[in-house]
Amino acid sequence: MSSITVDKSIDARGMACPGPLMNLIGAIRQGQVGQVFEVLSSDEGSKTDIPAWVAKAKHEMVEVRPDAGFVHFIVRKAR
Amino acid sequence: MGGTIAANLIAKECGDRAHVTVADATGIHVYQPGFLYVAIGQEHAGSLQRAEAQLLRKDITLLVDRAVRVDPQTKNVSFESGRSLAYDQLLLATGSRTMIDEVPGGAGAHDFYSMVGAERLFQALTAFQGGTIVIGVAGIPYKCPPAPVEFVFLLDDYLRSRGIREKSQIKLLSPLNRAFTIEATSKLVQPILAERDIELTGFFNVESVDPIDRTVTSMEGETVGYDLLVLVPPHRGQKVIEDSGLGDERGWVPTDKNTLKHTKFADIWAIGDTTNIPISKSGSVAHYEATVAAAEISAVVRGEAAPQHLYDGKVMCFLETGHGEATTIRFDYDHPPVSPSPARRWHWAKLLFNKTYWHTVPQGRLP
Repeated sequence: MSSITVDKSIDARGMACPGPLMNLIGAIRQGQVGQVFEVLSSDEGSKTDIPAWVAKAKHEMVEVRPDAGFVHFIVRKAR
Repeated sequence: MGGTIAANLIAKECGDRAHVTVADATGIHVYQPGFLYVAIGQEHAGSLQRAEAQLLRKDITLLVDRAVRVDPQTKNVSFESGRSLAYDQLLLATGSRTMIDEVPGGAGAHDFYSMVGAERLFQALTAFQGGTIVIGVAGIPYKCPPAPVEFVFLLDDYLRSRGIREKSQIKLLSPLNRAFTIEATSKLVQPILAERDIELTGFFNVESVDPIDRTVTSMEGETVGYDLLVLVPPHRGQKVIEDSGLGDERGWVPTDKNTLKHTKFADIWAIGDTTNIPISKSGSVAHYEATVAAAEISAVVRGEAAPQHLYDGKVMCFLETGHGEATTIRFDYDHPPVSPSPARRWHWAKLLFNKTYWHTVPQGRLP
């Protein structure tokens, strides 16, 4: 279990690429600096798309945690 | 569009067992996919509009009034004029609205997401004599995901036809790390963008515009200069959805992706842009969903068990690639997108569809 406090969790399981990333971008657009967002994605493309966008946008990838058939991506809005 | 199709199909299926009312704020039916062509001077406003009454069966009541509130408890819709209407089954086909004011400095940007915007953009292009044209996306989801790509291809043709392409730069700013949402089709069109000297910048989610310095800045921290800026505005659901507590934080209606029923309220259905279903906000989705919702609602009216005709996520779109060619994009929930190589026949198929739309689609004559 993770001890990180998540401000908003997005359950994007079952969504095809790039749905999970689009939802994350939308949430971070609306969010405040310092808030932590979690995306649950079962899409293979998310494993590359989400870290690539987080790096480009200079946010913080707090954790990438595989689960049963999906992955938790936990991102802090850094700016 | 989706509401018109569904109303015609329900009235036809149910006959005198149902009284179908279409409530529309303007009474004018607008073919929105045509805005793209208005923006580059290949279409004009008059051919994209018809009176809604002409497209509805005669046994349907058309109420030209703006819905301002839905009460799902009393099953009642209130209108701007003060009147109200009770319902047994309610289909929400209210679409989306564009919110350019959500983009700081964005109010002066051009767009092709309204008739006024498309006409204004064409005027600006007519006056354009060379420089940098930037096309960016200021919020997702937005209507017709391929539209910005189509626009840059058609813009390339337009500038070549005027002999000013060599004096012009076209820059496409994509919110994703590819041309648009669908990876397979992006792989198909990206080499064509390069071949036409259209610059693609990925992961550029427009955040703000400085109209004095003529720059646009992304959420990712990059800034690009422009002489003429075209933005896909942020979209959200209609105000009546938000004011009635029927939607999420952006006004999209929580909708079952197969049955098209509201996930919280009985006897409410939603189709097209209105829903929160993670699928393209496009005319084809509204079209296919309308036939499913109409079948389901008709079954309820007739007292039958709901038919096994669930929405399977079917999408079929054309994508103009310029030089008189186009491709198509087809997929559903279980099958990934497939796009054939661009060809003239798809371009002509799209134009034929646009021309025959008025006699086929609203009436539900196309499955």
